[in-house]
Parts: sequence; structure tokens; C-alpha cells
Amino acid sequence: MQTNKADIFAQLKREILPLQGIKSMLPGTSKDHKLGPIRFAFANAHFPLGAIHEFLCEEAENAAASAGFISGLISSLLKAEASVIWVSAKQTIFPPALISFGLSPEKVIFIHSGKEKQLLWIIEEALKCKGVSAVVAEIGDLSFTYSRKLQLAVEGSSVTGFIMRRKEKNIQTSAAVTRWQIHPTQSQSIEGLPGVGYPAWNVDLLKVRNGKPAKWKVAWASGKFVPIQEEPAFAFKSEERKAG
Amino acid sequence: MQKRFMSIWFPHLSTDWFTRRHAHLKDVPFVLSAPHHGRLIITATNSLALAKGIFSGMTVADAKAIVPSLEVMEDKPELPRKLHERMGDWFIRFTPYVSIDPLGGLILDITGCCHLWGGEEAYLTTIIKRLRTKGYTARASISDTIGSAWAIARYGKDQFIVKRGEQVQALLHLPPEALRLEIEITERLHKLGLRQVKDFLSIPSYSLRRRFSAQFTRRLNQALGIEEELVQPIYPVEEFIERLPCPEPILTRTGIEIALEQLLHALCERLQKEGKGLRLAFFVCYRADGEVLHIAISTNSPSHNVTHLFKLFELKISSIQPGEGIELFMLEAKNVEHHSPVQEQIWTDHERANDNSLSELLDRLTVKIGEQCIERYLPDEHHIPERSFKRADSLHEAVTTGWKKEKPRPIELLNPPHLIEVMAPIPDYPPMHFRYKEKLHRIIKADGPERIEQEWWIGRGKHRDYYYVEDEEGRRYWLFRSGHYSEEKTYKWFIHGFFP
Repeated sequence: MQTNKADIFAQLKREILPLQGIKSMLPGTSKDHKLGPIRFAFANAHFPLGAIHEFLCEEAENAAASAGFISGLISSLLKAEASVIWVSAKQTIFPPALISFGLSPEKVIFIHSGKEKQLLWIIEEALKCKGVSAVVAEIGDLSFTYSRKLQLAVEGSSVTGFIMRRKEKNIQTSAAVTRWQIHPTQSQSIEGLPGVGYPAWNVDLLKVRNGKPAKWKVAWASGKFVPIQEEPAFAFKSEERKAG
Repeated sequence: MQKRFMSIWFPHLSTDWFTRRHAHLKDVPFVLSAPHHGRLIITATNSLALAKGIFSGMTVADAKAIVPSLEVMEDKPELPRKLHERMGDWFIRFTPYVSIDPLGGLILDITGCCHLWGGEEAYLTTIIKRLRTKGYTARASISDTIGSAWAIARYGKDQFIVKRGEQVQALLHLPPEALRLEIEITERLHKLGLRQVKDFLSIPSYSLRRRFSAQFTRRLNQALGIEEELVQPIYPVEEFIERLPCPEPILTRTGIEIALEQLLHALCERLQKEGKGLRLAFFVCYRADGEVLHIAISTNSPSHNVTHLFKLFELKISSIQPGEGIELFMLEAKNVEHHSPVQEQIWTDHERANDNSLSELLDRLTVKIGEQCIERYLPDEHHIPERSFKRADSLHEAVTTGWKKEKPRPIELLNPPHLIEVMAPIPDYPPMHFRYKEKLHRIIKADGPERIEQEWWIGRGKHRDYYYVEDEEGRRYWLFRSGHYSEEKTYKWFIHGFFP
């Protein structure tokens, strides 16, 4: 009887997900394993594609970290051939750097506009276009109404939207599926060498629909997200000494 | 196909223009004058003055002696040329091939145009009537050759439309002036008693050439249709152009939209047949009051998709003010490129169809925000970070040199770099700490230096030593020292970007 009930719940959950605008994927086509530990925060361990994701990034360092993290997400989850549209007030992204996050810079189309209202229109039009795989947008603020509009746009086209919000002053609820905050954190040295290691972040999943909010420390190494274990290098060394 | 030409002559062009502005001149003898060697010479007359025996070239004093109440106004020397140009623009609604006659008047190539107005007779009377309502007297003639049309417009008596191949008979009784000859030649012809074209038509052309110059025989042959005559149209006739004249002027937005859609259908069908797509197109509206309105669109990749192109124009239709109404719509594909057709019905989910939807999105954005706001980048062969990438010219331009990924590069670049205060105790070592935006960052880890030299053939400046640094909170920056380390502190430190 107990197992029966659990089965029914699981079945119902699976049926509700598409109604909430989250596309379920066919088994075997998923590339979610590249996300490392992060994927377990989502329903069915699938990153919700074809939805709006919100990133809070007030400081320049947070924005840079978010941009890197988003590029990593796009390159690990989406088709490499399709174009990405990057909307912002002005060009701050250094295109050649995107290649180190697996995103071909020539596949990214940058669109600028100094007017906030026009930016929102561009984002909405871009999200409606089936020919793009993802839209990354840097904007000041996002109202609930507008986030709803954007979410409706992607439900028709299954484009994935990443919205970077630069103002954290008055954060309202939004219709986005997730809300993230990415802080840079100390990198770990690569094989004990001095210098700066792989890009590392404190990833804070503040809100997620149908999933569990969580925190991780991850690094971007050789084309995927890897969890950072606390002081792994030290533990290894001490064992070696014992042996010697 | 045998060509048909129309010659239009405005006998009182300048005076008609003045009469349009000053209504009282309509019923009085009126002339224009210009000073010449200290005397006032008449340069143009209206029909009433002409009827009283006043002609151009007379002095004003003589004319006043004939008609004391004569109105005299100062002529504007550039006026006839300007008026002819404006008339030429206006006549584009009757034929695409309009040229200005250097001897005054206009020459139209009306081949295949008349049936739209219901025949040559109706075409000619419509033009004369339309001109008369605007206040201009005009004489026009239709013939197989420019020369004969010109002659009959000026010297013809009653029959202004010359039937196909009958220009010789039509010319027989006209004076030699009708052949556009120089004054000396016509005077000599009159002296010799050759007062009509028929008098010298039977003389062999070699003796005519010897007696009256080659110019004479050329003009004669042109009028008779033996020699072809070429004229320069005001607007070069484009290959991909569609026209839609309207019998009634269009005043509403719906009307404009219908016209645009019809033209797009016609043009796109032609483009599709030839396997081409347009990149730049103009939609031109000719208003009844003579104004010409343009809207232009450009696309990111060649297209002959009617709905897409219509959407692009639709965003701009509101800028068209119909005013008194639009008489002629014209759609012109200015830039046309090869475009292989896509079978969209079969391959709806295909890459190519998606590619189309992307370029259509970009077209819409271009129309709204401008081309300069949309950018795609390709690698460029430069080491200086600001120059290591360049704008791509089109959506399909491919990467030729490859992106460099050996060295770490920041994801956000500050342009220009910001000056910072740095504490670096040992030469050529990474700094210990730096201050950026009033905040002190203690550096824990660092990579570098990576020296990037200035490109002396492009710009001057010092070389840069870049350091990839991480502070105690894990934030990563790209710093550089401009110039060599020295005791006198001639170098400066900058922050150039943020690593993720």
C-alpha cells in the first residue's frame, strides 16, 4: 500500500511538471551529468531547459562569475551548433574568453541597447525565436509581470533564458524557475602547482520550482562542473607520507 | 518590340509657375524679363502676351509700347531647369523611363505603359488634363521616334498621336525647325526655298551631309527612325522593380498595406524564380502633391519571404504621411544576392529553417534598434586584448584563424583599463595588494607576468605585463603594469578585467 502511494505521487509529479512549463526530456538525451552535484537539486535530476533562470549579480565580480557559470551551463547542456544571443546595455563581455567555457564566441550574437524598455523588448523577441538555443540578458531590474511575460515566451519556443539582474535592491517574486547567486571563491591549485587554479564558485541556488534549494562549491575544469572537496590535496599528501 | 515615345513641351513653363503663385496674373498679359547689356529683355511670355504679338527676345520697352498694361516680373535663371526636374519626378507615375530634353521639355519612353490608362489617346489626354489642373499648359505627342514626337509636339496642328510607322508622313509638312537643327542651318534652308521637310526628303543624304553638315542628316534620320537615338533617364531603370499606379489616390494605412503586399508578392515571385533574395529594398510612395516618400529595409541574409519582408516594412509604415493621397507605389530591390530556396514545408525542424528564423529575428531588431547594436565577433590576429577580436560582417562569415585558448583571459573586460594603486615590493613579481574602487584586495595567488608588446605599426605606448591574480575572497582579476619596473616609478598599474 505504501509503495503504491509513493508511485502515485511520483506519477502525479511527472504529470504536473509539463503543466508548469518545464519540458521533460527523453531519457538518454540528457547531458545533465556534466553539471556534477548541481543536477540533484532539480526535479528528476534534469536541469529545466526551455525556462527562465534568474541570477542575482550586483557587483562586477559576481556578474563575471555568473557570466562564466552561465557560459558553462550553455556549453554543457545545449546544442553546440545553435546560436546564443547575449543582450546587454553595452559590450562588457570579452568574446575570446568564452572559448574556455566551451562556448564558441562566433556563435554568440551580442545585442546592445541603452534603453531598458527596449532591452526588455529585445529579450522577449529573442526568447520567442526558435533558431536560438539560449538567451543571456543583463538587465537592471525585472518586474514580476515581465518575468511572467518572458516565461510565457519560452514556453512557446523552448529557448532557455538566463537573466542577470544587476540591481539587488528590491527583489520581488518572479516567474523564473530558478534564482541563483554566484560568488567567486578561492580556487584550488592544480596538482599542487603554484598560481591560480580552475575557476571556482560558491553556487547558491536560492529558489527552484519543484526542487530543493541548495549550496555548492564547484569548479569549472576540463569542460564540466566538478565539486570541490575541502582540502583534498592535504589529505592525499599526508597518506603518502605515512606510506613512506 | 517597337518602342513608343512621348515628347512633352511646356510653351509657358516659367510664366505658368508664376501664375500659380500670383492668381491675378491669370487674366493679364504677363512676361518675365532679365537684364542683358543694360537693357531688359523678355525671357518668357504667357499665352495672352504671345497673342498680342509679344515674344521672347524683345526688349521690355518695345513690349510696353504694344501693351501698356503689360505685367513684367524678374525671371529666375535656374527656374526652368528646376521645374523640368520636378516635372520629371512627377512623371514617374506614368512611366519609369523619364528623361529631360536638353532643348526643353521631357521625353518619355512609354513602351508598354499606355494600356494601363486605356490606350494612347486616353493616356495623352489624362496627362494634358492633369497638367492643366495644376496650371501648366503643355503640348504632347506620341510617336515611334523621339525626333518626330518632338517635332509634332511643337509644330503639329491637329493629329498628336502618330500611328506606328507613319512618322514620315506626319513630318512632311513641318518646317525644318521641327528637326532640332541649329539656327544657321534652318536659315540657310529657308533661303534655299526648302521650307518644308518634304522639300529636301528626296535629296540624297550624301549631298545633304556635304551641304549642311553631318549633324543635319543625323537629326533627320533620327526623326525618321533610320538612326536610333538614346536618351539618359533621370532614374536608371533597376532590374528588380515593381510599380503599382493607383487610379484613385490612396489615403489610408490599409490601402498602403494592400499595395505593399501586392508589390511584395510580385517582386518575391520574380526573385524566387531567379533563385535570388533581396538584402536591401526601398518602398517609394509618390504623393499626389508631388512629394516622394521613401522607406528602406535591409536584411541580414537574402530573403524572398513575403510575410517576413512585410513585417519589416510594417514597422515603418506609420512614418508615411499620405497627405492628399498616394498615386504610385514602387518597390525596388536595390541589393540582390543569390539565395537557394529552402523547402520549408518538409523541413520545419531543420537547422536551415531555424537559421532562417534567427536571421528574421535579427532583421526585425535591425529595423527597430539599428544595425550598429547587433554584433558578432570573430578572432583577429592581434595580441593586444582589445584588438584580438573583430566584428563579423555577416551572420555567416566563418572563423578563419581560430580562437586562442592557451592563456587565461577575463570574461569581462574593462574598456578602457582603470588605473589602480598597487603595492609590489619586488621587481617583476606579482603585486602584494591593490586598491580598486576604494577597496583593498590582498593577493593570495597569482600567475604571470605575461608580456604583451604594443604593436608599433598601429599604436604607440608601453608594453604591458599582465598578472592573473586572486584575492583572499577568491575574486579573480587581470592586472597589468604598463612599462618597465624602475626606481623613478615611471610605470603605472591598471586593472583590465574580471575573471569568472
